[in-house]
Amino acid sequence: MDSSTLASATSNAGRSRPRSRLAGRLLRHPGTRIGGLLVAIVVAGALLAPLLTPYDPVTISPESRLQQPSSAHPLGTDIYGRDTLTRVLYGGRISLAVGALSVGLALAVGGTLGTMAGFVGGWADVLMMRVADILLAFPAILLAIGLLAFLGGGFWNVVIAIAVVYTAPFSRVARAAVLSVRHEEYVDAARVTGAGDLRILTRHVLPNAVAPLVVESTLRLALAILAEAALSFLGLGTQPPAPTWGQMIAEGRAVMTFSSWPAIGPGLGITLTVLGFNLLGDSIRDAFDPHLQV
Amino acid sequence: MGPYLTRRILLAIPTVLGVLIAVFLLIRLVPGDVVTQLVGLEASISPKRVEELRRLFGLNRSLPVQFGEYLSGVLRGEMGKSLRTGLPVGKELLRRFPVTIQLASMGLLAALLIGVPVGIMAAVRRGRAPDYVATGFVLLGLSVPSFWLAILLILFFALRLGWFPPGAYVSPAEDLTGNLARMILPAFSVGLVLAAAITRIVRSSLLEVLSRHYIRTARAKGLRESIVVIKHALRNALIPVVTVVGLQFGTLLGGTVIIEQIFSLPGIGRYALEGINLRDYPVIQGAVLAIAMSFVIVNLLVDLAYGFLDPRIRYE
Repeated sequence: MDSSTLASATSNAGRSRPRSRLAGRLLRHPGTRIGGLLVAIVVAGALLAPLLTPYDPVTISPESRLQQPSSAHPLGTDIYGRDTLTRVLYGGRISLAVGALSVGLALAVGGTLGTMAGFVGGWADVLMMRVADILLAFPAILLAIGLLAFLGGGFWNVVIAIAVVYTAPFSRVARAAVLSVRHEEYVDAARVTGAGDLRILTRHVLPNAVAPLVVESTLRLALAILAEAALSFLGLGTQPPAPTWGQMIAEGRAVMTFSSWPAIGPGLGITLTVLGFNLLGDSIRDAFDPHLQV
Repeated sequence: MGPYLTRRILLAIPTVLGVLIAVFLLIRLVPGDVVTQLVGLEASISPKRVEELRRLFGLNRSLPVQFGEYLSGVLRGEMGKSLRTGLPVGKELLRRFPVTIQLASMGLLAALLIGVPVGIMAAVRRGRAPDYVATGFVLLGLSVPSFWLAILLILFFALRLGWFPPGAYVSPAEDLTGNLARMILPAFSVGLVLAAAITRIVRSSLLEVLSRHYIRTARAKGLRESIVVIKHALRNALIPVVTVVGLQFGTLLGGTVIIEQIFSLPGIGRYALEGINLRDYPVIQGAVLAIAMSFVIVNLLVDLAYGFLDPRIRYE
């Protein structure tokens, strides 16, 4: 889906329909219920991990290493005897935090730059969109790997790397949304009645950018969690012993000839989380624009 | 076609230049500078050697001069030497390029072979069991991390069932069947996301085309449904697939970096990761540039193919 058509379509839909009908459509959508449930489970599991499991995610217990799933260890144990389910629950904290922080940062920076570019136009617009083109000329994960190769790994650098990579797409979505209404009659009317740039921007233009940016943020969250997992799988993410899903899969891969469970558990965590955000993103998009549904 | 082709190629030039500048600046992002970082790794290094290294990286000159030198080097195919092995980066990239290209093309092929038929099936049997299976495949395909899928595939097909040979990469020149057997699992891992995206777009665009008047006419003529779908509808429905391939090819190319690592394939992605682990900056720079340039070229080809498939594009 081209972001500009999405932007114009969603902005039209958002304006002409009351908010309660939007909420109704959203709640009736099966994707909202299933996606919301998945996300709620993962978030609750990450936040309440200490209450849900008697084990510590970091403490080593060599006597119980590489155990098969049992009632004591539903997803088995890893090479150091740590409970895999416990580490998956705690690992969710890092994945969700990296996802939320990097997408939030990209939304703030990219959204602002894109809005400015679309609203001001001219050279600033051309320049910013050229820079975005260049950033988008790199495969996303490669650009993040490249940045981390030079910045070094670790939690905050991963957040920054993913945020930099996602700034360009956010700026495009925001710009498209602004451009779709910039020359509408009601914006001209507001200008004629003496409204300043700031008022036109905040009262008349920005509300149209909200829908596409919400959709973009939800779907980007899914991608950011996948990216964080890939980066920590490669050893470029948050460093051990703190559990991250990607690094757990890397450790599991090393012992997979002995036991497959250490690699399976964290992958389930990633898949369910990403699936949840994808379902939510799709259903929010459909709710904003019923015409998009085939 | 001529003017469209020329314009599209000319438009790619600023992007190529931008990518070169970005990759050039990447090495200057290192906190401190590259040389202090390297020296930090090896304590016993003389100040003379430090100066030598600075000169090697050209860090003692102004940025525009450095960029000019870098650009003329790249144009001549010279991208410096590996700091660890002393091998020229350009030559090493050429040697490894075919592996990555093979992986990416086989991934693309796998994605098309899965995505197109599943998408057709979903559209034709809309709202029935095959459609739900296809929707489930799309949702999972877009949510499963490719490196995890790769490990699951190894666990099941190579370790448990023994269908695929374990062990090192074999070049196609050496042993073609052995090479293909070892590339099938990597190709599937790398192509899954694209397969899901293609399934989704084939389904929705075929549904859209099937509701058009000319399809109703074809049916009214008494043509068999299979002819209507394959001869009349599919041709138009497949055009957006090209767009999706273009949009998602970056994900596929990025995926090769990780998949090459998992299956020990000596491609460019693995070269980049080796460079990262050893802080071999010229290697990282060269490998990142090579992959980004391939992506720019693929996007160019996709746009050209689009202009070819849909003549209306050229007259915009």
